[in-house]
Amino acid sequence: MNSLDPADVFRQEASELFEVLEGALLDLTLRPDDRELVDTAFRALHTIKGSGAMFGFDKVAAFTHEFETAFDLVRKGEVKPTKELISVALSAKDFIRSLIEMPESTDSIIGEAILAELQQFVKTDKPAASPEIVSAPAAMEVQPAGWRLHLEFASHILCNGTNPLDLLDDLRKLGPCFAIALTDGVPLLDDLEPEQCFLKWDITLHSDCDKSVIDDVFMFVQDEMTLTLAPLVYSEDAVATPLVPVLPDVMFCDGRSASTAAEQSAALPQPEVKRGEARRTDDRGIATVRVQAERLDELMDRVGELVIAQARLTQLAAAGDDLSIKMIAEEIERLASSLRDTTMGARMVPIGSVFGRFRRLVHDLSLDLGKPVEFVTAGEDTELDKTMIESLADPLVHLIRNAIDHGIEDTATREAAGKIEQGRIELVATHAGAQVLVTVTDNGAGLNTARIRAKAESLDLIASGAIMSDYDIHQYLFHPGFSTAEKVSALSGRGVGMDVVKRTIEAMRGTIDLSTTPGLGTKVTLRLPLTLAIIEGLLIRVGEGRYIVPLSAVEECVELTAADERSRGRHFLNVRGDLVPFLKLRDLFGTSDSSDMHQKIIITSTGDTRVGLVVDQIIGNHQTVIKSLSKLHADVTMFSGATILGDGSAALILDVVQLVALAQAQSEKQQAA
Amino acid sequence: MNGHRDQAEVHDDTLMQVVMVGLADEKFALDAGLVREIIDPIPATRVAGARPFLPSVINVRGNVIPLADLRIRFGMPIQENSTDTRIVVIEIDIEGDPILVGVVADKVYEVTEISRADVQQTPRVGMHWKAEFINFITKWREDFVIVPNMERILS
Repeated sequence: MNSLDPADVFRQEASELFEVLEGALLDLTLRPDDRELVDTAFRALHTIKGSGAMFGFDKVAAFTHEFETAFDLVRKGEVKPTKELISVALSAKDFIRSLIEMPESTDSIIGEAILAELQQFVKTDKPAASPEIVSAPAAMEVQPAGWRLHLEFASHILCNGTNPLDLLDDLRKLGPCFAIALTDGVPLLDDLEPEQCFLKWDITLHSDCDKSVIDDVFMFVQDEMTLTLAPLVYSEDAVATPLVPVLPDVMFCDGRSASTAAEQSAALPQPEVKRGEARRTDDRGIATVRVQAERLDELMDRVGELVIAQARLTQLAAAGDDLSIKMIAEEIERLASSLRDTTMGARMVPIGSVFGRFRRLVHDLSLDLGKPVEFVTAGEDTELDKTMIESLADPLVHLIRNAIDHGIEDTATREAAGKIEQGRIELVATHAGAQVLVTVTDNGAGLNTARIRAKAESLDLIASGAIMSDYDIHQYLFHPGFSTAEKVSALSGRGVGMDVVKRTIEAMRGTIDLSTTPGLGTKVTLRLPLTLAIIEGLLIRVGEGRYIVPLSAVEECVELTAADERSRGRHFLNVRGDLVPFLKLRDLFGTSDSSDMHQKIIITSTGDTRVGLVVDQIIGNHQTVIKSLSKLHADVTMFSGATILGDGSAALILDVVQLVALAQAQSEKQQAA
Repeated sequence: MNGHRDQAEVHDDTLMQVVMVGLADEKFALDAGLVREIIDPIPATRVAGARPFLPSVINVRGNVIPLADLRIRFGMPIQENSTDTRIVVIEIDIEGDPILVGVVADKVYEVTEISRADVQQTPRVGMHWKAEFINFITKWREDFVIVPNMERILS
């Protein structure tokens, strides 16, 4: 399991780098003067190039090199990062990505086209910055004069089978070479170890080769030697007296500009960085470890079992008199709960990791549709369970597309309505108790309730003239195949989307709310539980059976009065003036034994509907470790899962939405009969 | 466990390791390769709305697994739990996924070997359950035992 394919490692690393790159590029459209961003983008590019070459993605390395070269001009401040340039850069990024992910099916012609376009942008700006550009190549041309090397090998180098003379031969292949052996380190004959190397060399190499070429010669011994490299500036002085150790600043003083020195020293660290990449773990300041997702899942399972076992221990300890066992039980309870929190924390990922890709989406869509849109995100550091983040991406894509395509009006309409030309989409994540709220807000036209209603009527979903609240009408947007768009566009109008969004969110035990103000915009709120593995639940008893009601669905608990109990024809409660229907769980579950004297009602709410559930006893809060039900019980919809109670028995978790739907179907059947 | 089963098959093609269980007055031979463990009866949690032969779930080592009652599936009389009652935890394949199921047994006799050589033709008459539930019928100590097809019975 540990022997990962190196190419996969590269792909993973690259995909992170792409996110960094894309983020930086998109930020650049907003703050074109931010040097930091340019540098970030450049670093990402550079790493992709380096690692690409290392793992044999030669095409990637070659293309990225060209891209990097062009982008270098931006880095040097010679070319302004205009919107157009960023667009091309983004498509170049996409091209590299497809080169990495689908090398076979990616056509290099596209790459050439992108490069050509990139060149064009870079070139158009060139004249303005010409003086600097001229100076840059000029500086480059100085470099080829040659190199001055000073070699010192570790004394044990011969033992490893390295022959320094072979290395010198290799050097000589690069160009005319003048080597002087420095013998001052050689000891007296008595102390001389024949297997140790005491010689050092000063070498003058006349070659127009790159520094990296020299590095390559010493690639395999670089850890066991010190290599001092200084560019040799071609001057009669230097050639005539190669023996004299020349200080670098002396070398640069002979009539050359200081900028040359700067150029050289700037050029030097670069290969160094490249060489260090293999050992580099993370350059973003935080030490991270890659862990396979399944291992985290397994860990979570084990912790879940531990929590259950600990609950049993606590129960047992509480029943006994032994004080020392009680103390241990308490200690273990504390440890188990902190272990649970840590494990859950390890699975938490900041939601910002998906927000990044939406910026690209908005950027592209707003160009395609010709609607200028400002995209604002907040709460990127809000953390959510890793699996939820992954499944959240698609619903959010739908919502943001909808917001731009349907929500935001075109420029003319906005102007007519007296709104500012630029639309605005806000994507905000916040914590609210044990839930995370993700809202997508646009300042567009808002939902057209009349049109939704007309559409629903035409689809025979509602009878014309029926009295319905706006909220209920808006719910039809989640109906499969429901679209009010008059014509089908590439983006929307096919009527798949919102129903998928709703289903995905509900599968995550979340809810989705719509609120709209005509003319001012729409707000979609997703409420999500923090984690999929453990929920807060209310432990209840119905007959002999104990069940869990997810606390997120519970609004309040009240007592079932004798008057409510007795009335046969109606099952309604009056909760502070509101009409709330209730369901007797005893009837739904077919519980046969006699009911308790004082029955309780748990008022639950899902979306806009409130339903009371009549139970025999409310036992209390319960940290619920969710175990999914077996496939053999897939036909049971009333329960969303099971958990294990303190005494080791299993309890079922109620799926309130399904429960209400089931009860509705039952009572409709009864009425029909 | 699967390894066991393969080994047994390599040893002798005609011999098969089975766990002999009793339901009402009938004897069944469960392929030993399916059996994960045999446990004493534990409190089960009723699942409302489930199919009658899968009436409840139990907690086995931190996993909530369904408890199947084959007596209901086969229309056999239900006996009260006795000191002989056990739960046989087996692993079966449902749509490609391995699934653990507990099966109530009135009695577990022994782990033994039966010979495939004695396989009898499943009679078309005289059986009160569907032929598809039965893998084959074989002889064991002058008794006829049924080797059931657990996948078909439970799905």
